[in-house]
Amino acid sequence: MPKRTDIESILIIGSGPIVIGQACEFDYSGTQACRALREEGYRVVLINSNPATIMTDPDMADRTYVEPITAEYVEKVIRRERPDVLLPTLGGQTALNVAVELAESGTLDRYGVELIGAKLEAIKMAEDRELFQKAMERIGLEVPRGGFARTVEEAWELVKNTGFPAIIRPAFTLGGAGGSIARSESEYAEAVEWGLSTSPITEVLIEESVIGWKEYELEVMRDLADNVVIICSIENFDPMGVHTGDSITVAPAQTLTDKEYQALRNASIKVIREIGVETGGSNIQFAVSPEDGRILAIEMNPRVSRSSALASKATGFPIAKIAAKLAVGYTLDEIPNDITRETPASFEPTIDYVVVKIPRWAFEKFPNADTQLGTQMKSVGETMAIGRTFKEAVQKGLRGLEIDRHGLGADGKDAVDAGALAAGRNAGQADDQADGMLDDLREQMTRPTAERIFQIKTALQLGMPIEEIYALTGVDPWFLHNLRDIVELEGEIGAHRNGSMPRNLLHRAKQAGFSDVQIAHLTGSDERSVRSRRIEARVDAVFKTVDTCAAEFEAMTPYYYSTYETENETRPKTRETIMILGGGPNRIGQGIEFDYCCVQAVMALKEDGYETIMVNSNPETVSTDYDISDRLFFEPLTFEDVMNIVETEKPDGVIVQFGGQTPLKLALSLERAGVPIIGTSPDSIDLAEDRKRFGALTKALGIPHPPHGTVFSFEEALEVASEIGYPVLVRPSYVLGGRNMALVYDDDSLQNYMRTAVHVSPEHPILIDKFLEDAFEYDVDAVSDGTDVVLGGIMEHIEEAGIHSGDSACVLPPYMVKPMHIDTMRNYTHALARSLKVVGLINVQYAIKNDVVYVLEVNPRASRTIPFVSKAIGVPLAQLAARVMVGKTLRDLGFTEEIIPPYASVKEVVLPFVKFAGSDSLLGPEMKSTGEVMGIYEEPGIAFAKGQSAAGGSLPLSGTVLVSVNAFDHENVVDIARELDGLGFTIMATSGTGRTLEDAGLEVVRVNKVWEGEPHIVDHIRRSDIQLIINTPLGKSARDDDYMIRRAAIEANIPCITTLSAAWSAVKAIQALKNEGREISVKSLQEWHETLKEARV
Amino acid sequence: MEAWLALEDGTVYEGESFGATGKKVGEVVFNTSMIGYQEVLTDPSYKGQIVTMTYPLIGNYGVNPGDLESLHPHVEGFVVREYQRNPSNWRSTGSLDRFLDDHGVVGISGIDTRALTRRLRVDGVMRGVISSGAADPDTLVEQARAVPRMLGQDLVREVTTDRPYRWEGERRIYVDPPDDDPEGIWDGFDEPGTYRVVVMDYGVKHNILRNLARRGCQVLVLPADYTAEQVLRLNPDGIMLSNGPGDPGAVQYAIEELKVLIERKPIFGICIGHQLLGMALGGERFKLKFGHRGANQPVRQNESGRVEITAQNHGFAIDADTLDESEVELTHINLNDRTLEGLRHRRYPVFSVQYHPEASPGPHDADYLFDRFIASMQ
Repeated sequence: MPKRTDIESILIIGSGPIVIGQACEFDYSGTQACRALREEGYRVVLINSNPATIMTDPDMADRTYVEPITAEYVEKVIRRERPDVLLPTLGGQTALNVAVELAESGTLDRYGVELIGAKLEAIKMAEDRELFQKAMERIGLEVPRGGFARTVEEAWELVKNTGFPAIIRPAFTLGGAGGSIARSESEYAEAVEWGLSTSPITEVLIEESVIGWKEYELEVMRDLADNVVIICSIENFDPMGVHTGDSITVAPAQTLTDKEYQALRNASIKVIREIGVETGGSNIQFAVSPEDGRILAIEMNPRVSRSSALASKATGFPIAKIAAKLAVGYTLDEIPNDITRETPASFEPTIDYVVVKIPRWAFEKFPNADTQLGTQMKSVGETMAIGRTFKEAVQKGLRGLEIDRHGLGADGKDAVDAGALAAGRNAGQADDQADGMLDDLREQMTRPTAERIFQIKTALQLGMPIEEIYALTGVDPWFLHNLRDIVELEGEIGAHRNGSMPRNLLHRAKQAGFSDVQIAHLTGSDERSVRSRRIEARVDAVFKTVDTCAAEFEAMTPYYYSTYETENETRPKTRETIMILGGGPNRIGQGIEFDYCCVQAVMALKEDGYETIMVNSNPETVSTDYDISDRLFFEPLTFEDVMNIVETEKPDGVIVQFGGQTPLKLALSLERAGVPIIGTSPDSIDLAEDRKRFGALTKALGIPHPPHGTVFSFEEALEVASEIGYPVLVRPSYVLGGRNMALVYDDDSLQNYMRTAVHVSPEHPILIDKFLEDAFEYDVDAVSDGTDVVLGGIMEHIEEAGIHSGDSACVLPPYMVKPMHIDTMRNYTHALARSLKVVGLINVQYAIKNDVVYVLEVNPRASRTIPFVSKAIGVPLAQLAARVMVGKTLRDLGFTEEIIPPYASVKEVVLPFVKFAGSDSLLGPEMKSTGEVMGIYEEPGIAFAKGQSAAGGSLPLSGTVLVSVNAFDHENVVDIARELDGLGFTIMATSGTGRTLEDAGLEVVRVNKVWEGEPHIVDHIRRSDIQLIINTPLGKSARDDDYMIRRAAIEANIPCITTLSAAWSAVKAIQALKNEGREISVKSLQEWHETLKEARV
Repeated sequence: MEAWLALEDGTVYEGESFGATGKKVGEVVFNTSMIGYQEVLTDPSYKGQIVTMTYPLIGNYGVNPGDLESLHPHVEGFVVREYQRNPSNWRSTGSLDRFLDDHGVVGISGIDTRALTRRLRVDGVMRGVISSGAADPDTLVEQARAVPRMLGQDLVREVTTDRPYRWEGERRIYVDPPDDDPEGIWDGFDEPGTYRVVVMDYGVKHNILRNLARRGCQVLVLPADYTAEQVLRLNPDGIMLSNGPGDPGAVQYAIEELKVLIERKPIFGICIGHQLLGMALGGERFKLKFGHRGANQPVRQNESGRVEITAQNHGFAIDADTLDESEVELTHINLNDRTLEGLRHRRYPVFSVQYHPEASPGPHDADYLFDRFIASMQ
């Protein structure tokens, strides 16, 4: 069937901010869909609140609405754009949920908008557990025993049938939010209550536990002619019981016979047909009993998912792009396979390598959070690695994870050192110690955590039998045997400490994925020596192609991975080549923004005729799509792996400043190895990071800089702190996202920090800065060609100083700052960029206190805010930066003047606290947010309100506000409360704050603190008596009460503001919303940018 | 122990021995199925071939009696990237290494199988030698060049059954038709079936027999050189032409008998059965450059437009242009290279497919063809 001609315009809904369970895989899918549909000549209208995405680039759609993804706002867009159809299957659960809401409310019918891809009935059948179970029964598939409960009583009835452990899954939540496993009655009661409260329809599924069963996923595609193909099978290393997003997963399936695999394949085809997903990709999960192969259908996603992104990258089959084309009527056999060009998309990819995906967690950011992995996803990102063996892929994956490991241990960070172990054994010692460790491991391994694969490694080193490890973990013995092979090889390598390792062993080690760093550690050498010895022995990496067909057809797309075999498949370059290093796995502090910058750079350079090479290891991203760059290398971003590519490809320039901290860390060593780094020099980057050098620079330039020092010990720290005076900000050098950064008020806390939070060493000093209390902070992004410097924008932080800039909402242009300070920031930025000889992007953070502008830090690289600023001012800053790096001037490019938009753009952040039971929601110097949204409007208050709605915390227009603030804030909160009172809100307060407010003449409803007895403050929150909370931290003594308030607010999903400046912004936003009197309008980025052009003319 | 694979073009790969030791010769081909190595090994169509699997890890789930496609392996040699010594699967009864050793299949592991596959794709399949233990590479290449070419080889003779047998309960029960009452042969079945089907054994896979038995057929397997007259004397309801190895052009005796049978009984041909039928209908066969061997080949049914994902294993094909389309309808084509995948006689209930509806290994998308065969006998 050819494409539909009755459609002109298509509405695509994105997935909004990056949250746990929904990350940049939907930027990948949305971007592919936008490109594919525009290629077919359709008019694409997009709504997505996330400015950091590629898909919201104004070039990607005909109309791009950066607006909240709520039914209300999507309806506004529909009313304005009148699309013919809505494609809801590419924007994750967010898009699907909104589409369902709009369909059920009759909105789509009212505007004559047809749902394509999946119809309402299909979505509901897949998503509603009860309908899903019935559907599975109809096609003869088993599902786990269990049923649905809407009340705690019903849940107790059900558990009689399922027994313990029982799985509790709330209906309609993201990434399994609210789900858990209960092993006892007491755990069960709590789990059910929590599950019911997280489910938007107050319903939980109680299921028999299949913990320990093998877990598989199949990625299925179907077209309107009912052709169905399986794109990829995925086997989970971690068995059932760990959310697949938190599992190490492997493609293709490894331990199934053909008969078993075909049973899963047949079942998948039946499922997609019975559920009735008409076109596109779906993901179907199965549990398979390791005892007898019994198959249970677990769930189905009637849309493109995280696993689809993985499957696309793992096979080279672009699922989202094909799904978009199928949705408009094409059949699979009408679409060519881009990679082979001569064969159609109606086939099943076959791969001749092994793919391993490893999740990246961020528990270090949430000290009190429960780190056990279960049915609710907790990881914030992932890395994927490709190798010719499982051993090679898993080691590449572990070293690409950016957790400072270089493979499966053997890097000096193992719990057990192989060498010491052998020595101890020989001397007959260490056995007691080993027994003790084994006991600990037995305990630890039954609880899945981020550390489990390393625990398994240690257990193998200590000689624990495979059978026992299997019994403890449920990890299939096949995987365990392969890990043991690695451990055994580690032993063999370690026997050659004198540098006499035979070539054959070196080759085998590389084939098993050992990095040069590991080999160096094991042989008592260093990375550089191992590398030169390897090159001398001609043990070189070769690159093979990901081609969907295991070499049966010639591949036209250069998508490569490295391995150690005989044949290299890369082709010689044909023209000037620029290589761009990506950011690796997403984590808090380094996410999609950097992928955006990398992709922008690639696109600009490609357009200018350069051959572009992308290197990255994150399967969720747009940058790892094979048709973005001219050549894609799916590789870990380590010195060794990057050097291998450089030596094969010999690029003319390498760009390190777009991928965040990951490539920056490599800059100096790459440069030393002769790699042509272009743009700002690694030395300048180092200068900006090095406090001493940077201090000298600011001094020379006469720019105020808060007093600071660099220390290597606690004693030095005390000295510096007393010299500059408390409070001080402390942090390790070279970090992104404020990792381990803390605000310290006295000697005791400083000592505590130095002892527990960080590891100080000559290579890892600690930075101490004077903290400017009550200052206002600003972020400035600019681009420089070495001569001219042009500001992209100045952002005013809404949260006060001390909150990490990545966690602070901000507004562009600033509207509360004196013009003279703006000029000062401009001048300082110019001076800094010039003296650092910046070629490319530069980000400067300022604080203003008592009319003095201080520079806090300078980052001569792409910052987190580049995509936000670019969208606010309608200028692709990262593209300009890439072009100046290859020699263009800003004058050539026509960007010579700062653009100050006549409207306000607000960036708001999204925090993951709801996913981490036990964690507090306080903000501080360490970044905790996972994603961001943008609100645009003429009136800043309304732009802020849009940002709040987009971030999931719509501001109330009436009701009750709970005010509970610390003593310092008592005075300042009076005005806020008065405004809220004037806006018609009821003010509720606890004793301390209440007294102050009453003294100021406000009417206050007093409420008990928790210890004062029921009904107390938390009861009111749980009962939804409260619509907005203003709660600033009360200091350590009252922490528990505070903590309970904030935790309850998170669980009840009530907006909770923890800083006064944010409270002020909220008040102004509520005022603006009320004053606006008419409906808040929506406007596309293209239209906003049009107003900029008008303003300039 | 070291092991070697030498090709006629002079390429020599060194790896490690697994399975049986010794030396074997054959045509070197690649198979792109990611799983199903035991079925591949025991598929008689691989007679005379050294098979490399493009999927690098082989041996993962061991071997088990339920995954045999014939009594024993037929491949000459087996080439893999990394042999998995420790199988894990509840169905597994032993390791692949042991299985190959027991059946004299020479295996080699540690080979850059992707480089090998690319070579075969670009230059076409080649003759080769697989050998374990110390060897002189040049001598091996010489030996590879002396291997007889596939074209013109009748390998059916080497794999077909000597005597007729009943297929019942996953077992072969050898029988000979009584001279006085040939039809009496059907009386010996334990289970009464709805249809009497004879299977011409050109190298049959057990899953063809299983598929027929599952659909209520009494399955009687006959040697490939059974004449039309002998077959007709048994008065079957239908005739199944099985898969098999080698060049169909060298199996002229079967083609001649088929010419007679076409007009007399419903016929369903698979793989070489399809090629022999095509040749009996006047078509010509040609050798593909590197064949189709895998589980992901897209085939379109011309009638419905539906695409099925098929298991394939063939080095020869029937040239669609040589068939008389007034007599023969072209029912299926391969979407990758547009070669003929299926045909049907316009007047008689006779049809065939080039691919493997019995799968094993591979997708079950095409098992409707067995139903179609059953329907043709009704």
